[in-house]
Amino acid sequence: MAVLTMAKALNDGLRKAMEADPRVLVMGEDVGKLGGVFRITDGLQKDFGEQRVLDTPLSESGIIGTAVGLAIRGFRPVCEIQFDGFVFPGYDQIVSQLAKVRFRSQGKVPMPVVVRIPFGGGIGAVEHHSESPESLFAHVAGLKVVACSNANDAYWMIQQAIATDDPVIFFEPKRRYWEKAEVDVDTTPAPLLRSRVLREGTDVTIATYGPLVRTCLDAAVAAETDGTSLEVVDLRTLSPLDLDPVFESVRRTGRLVVVSEAPSESSVTAEIAARVQQECFLSLEAPVLRVTGYDTPYPPSKCEDDYLPDLDRVLDAVDRSKAW
Amino acid sequence: MSVSDPQAWNPADPRSRPTREQVLAGLRGTDAGGPELVQLLTPEGERVADPRFDGYADDVDAESLKALYRDMVLVRRADREGNALQRQGQLGIWVPLLGQEAAQIGAGRALLPTDMVFPSYREHGVAWCRDIDPTDLLGIFRGTDHGSWDPLEKRFHLYTIVIGNQCLNATGYAMGQRFEGRVGNGDDAPEGSPDEATMCFFGDGATSQGDVHEGFVWAAAYDAPVVFYCQNNQWAISVPLERQTRVPLYERARGYGFPGVRVDGNDVIACLAVARWALEECRSGNGPVLVEAFTYRMDAHTTSDDPSRYRLADELELWKLKDPIERVRVNLVREHGVEQEFFDGVAAEADEMAARLREFCVNMPEPAPDRMFSEVYAEPSPLVEAQREEFLAYHASFAADSGEEG
Repeated sequence: MAVLTMAKALNDGLRKAMEADPRVLVMGEDVGKLGGVFRITDGLQKDFGEQRVLDTPLSESGIIGTAVGLAIRGFRPVCEIQFDGFVFPGYDQIVSQLAKVRFRSQGKVPMPVVVRIPFGGGIGAVEHHSESPESLFAHVAGLKVVACSNANDAYWMIQQAIATDDPVIFFEPKRRYWEKAEVDVDTTPAPLLRSRVLREGTDVTIATYGPLVRTCLDAAVAAETDGTSLEVVDLRTLSPLDLDPVFESVRRTGRLVVVSEAPSESSVTAEIAARVQQECFLSLEAPVLRVTGYDTPYPPSKCEDDYLPDLDRVLDAVDRSKAW
Repeated sequence: MSVSDPQAWNPADPRSRPTREQVLAGLRGTDAGGPELVQLLTPEGERVADPRFDGYADDVDAESLKALYRDMVLVRRADREGNALQRQGQLGIWVPLLGQEAAQIGAGRALLPTDMVFPSYREHGVAWCRDIDPTDLLGIFRGTDHGSWDPLEKRFHLYTIVIGNQCLNATGYAMGQRFEGRVGNGDDAPEGSPDEATMCFFGDGATSQGDVHEGFVWAAAYDAPVVFYCQNNQWAISVPLERQTRVPLYERARGYGFPGVRVDGNDVIACLAVARWALEECRSGNGPVLVEAFTYRMDAHTTSDDPSRYRLADELELWKLKDPIERVRVNLVREHGVEQEFFDGVAAEADEMAARLREFCVNMPEPAPDRMFSEVYAEPSPLVEAQREEFLAYHASFAADSGEEG
């Protein structure tokens, strides 16, 4: 079993998808010769040529809008948006066309397009480079929204997303790109649209995704030393949500803490809280608590350690849940 | 063939802008296409020569001109029927094409079956040329669907209502045509796979949208075989052309590095010739190309609009003299000796079609109530499926209640 960084796992996954299907294209700003600003597409243009790995003009609406046209023609474009905060010029094409062409054509025109977006903070970046806009996409019918949290999932999920006949917004936790993990290239860990229990526990359930999965697993280790057993669910898919493992867990623990870097209001975490109270009302021993970024614009990076949920804030919420 | 001469360009040239007197008179100079306007049939119905484009229309004889006339009359009749159906409450809205028949039929008849089309939402005439029956358009405006044809089979994408979006979608499609090697093969093209082009329709208002500019940039960067076919009908709802541009729209192409041509959009022969030229340029690998069809929206933007609030009737009266259908009728009579019987026959056919359209419209079935849950995703979403079940159970509960009472 190979030990790979998430960046390399994504690169390998993209390479496998391109080898498997000549209709798969990679397109985005600087994805060719440079290999992308995070080097996720490193070497792909050299091996697959400029017609399958496109260094595009600097326009996000152009990237998504032409990908829609290429998909109508029968290609399977994989778009790279350079940073989370740069997706919005393409948001119109994503919401108005990419998400709706299938529905509008009553299924006659599928939209097998993947939009990869490095997201989240924690890298000390300037403005617009650390945002968590996933809820803005999860709210749009017609899109699938997923987030990987580790190298093994990244390797498999990118291939599964490319094989999907629906548009997939694929969030990659940029601060975890260089963390290494074992990647099993023979066995898929789970279907794309499934959440997974990564650590079993009995006292409090933690539901999270993307960059904070690592944080929550660390919190679970820390909690164990205090005698508290945390069950950690990696949501993986944000639209549609796969909450059955969360419901099942909460029915046992009676307590849920939902953790995300994104602001809390009208968010994925809010949706989870609403659904859990609906499905597990009589099992709950405490209100669903949330640990999130604040409802402010993402702050200057010197403040981001205070903005981002960390191990201590997760454990604080666990304590509050237990003490209810 | 060099159609646009870079040396002739002068951004200070005021020829497309109205004089103060024209503005005061409400005429805005929109009737004057300027010296670069390609015209093969004058408003008076006289066939005139244009050395640049004659070669693309030299097959237009009496028979083919009669066919173009028939196309335009039928499309206009369908359009007027659509308007009437809206006024009678049978359609929620209608988007009239009145006045733009030549611009659309000329372009539509220049297309080959293997070309692809990305329309805006007013392209009923182009749809007609793609063998999409006017009845297939009604669902959009009656609210039963978002377009009932198969875009891939007809090679005519669904109507795009968000202004300008389709210019990028068309460019992407055309990039795909190039990536597949369907450009520039000429006579060496494989049997059954001729060279292809894409034609994208949009209006003068759309030229202010970023997506249109990005489409131009991308098409140029990838040599995409796409004809950007702008129907400049002078008005974006209430906003006149001079609020969108300082220079004639076709001249913008030069800034992106490809040719732009302004054609008399009320001259079906010129539109056919210029569109054929533009498509051939794209198929042979010289794309993209911008065509500005200089025309006029003779009716409202939609049936919800009221042009009397923002433009003077004088302007419409001036454009009536340039009617796209009337000049063809005059030419057929004077230069081809076509008898009244032919025109009467087309008029009768148009009336029959209108009756069929009306009959179809009032009898259209309502969509199934749970239609909205279908084809949101290729792989069904558990959330949407659960909502469908809930919806059906909710409605079934009323049936059960009324059953008990009955």
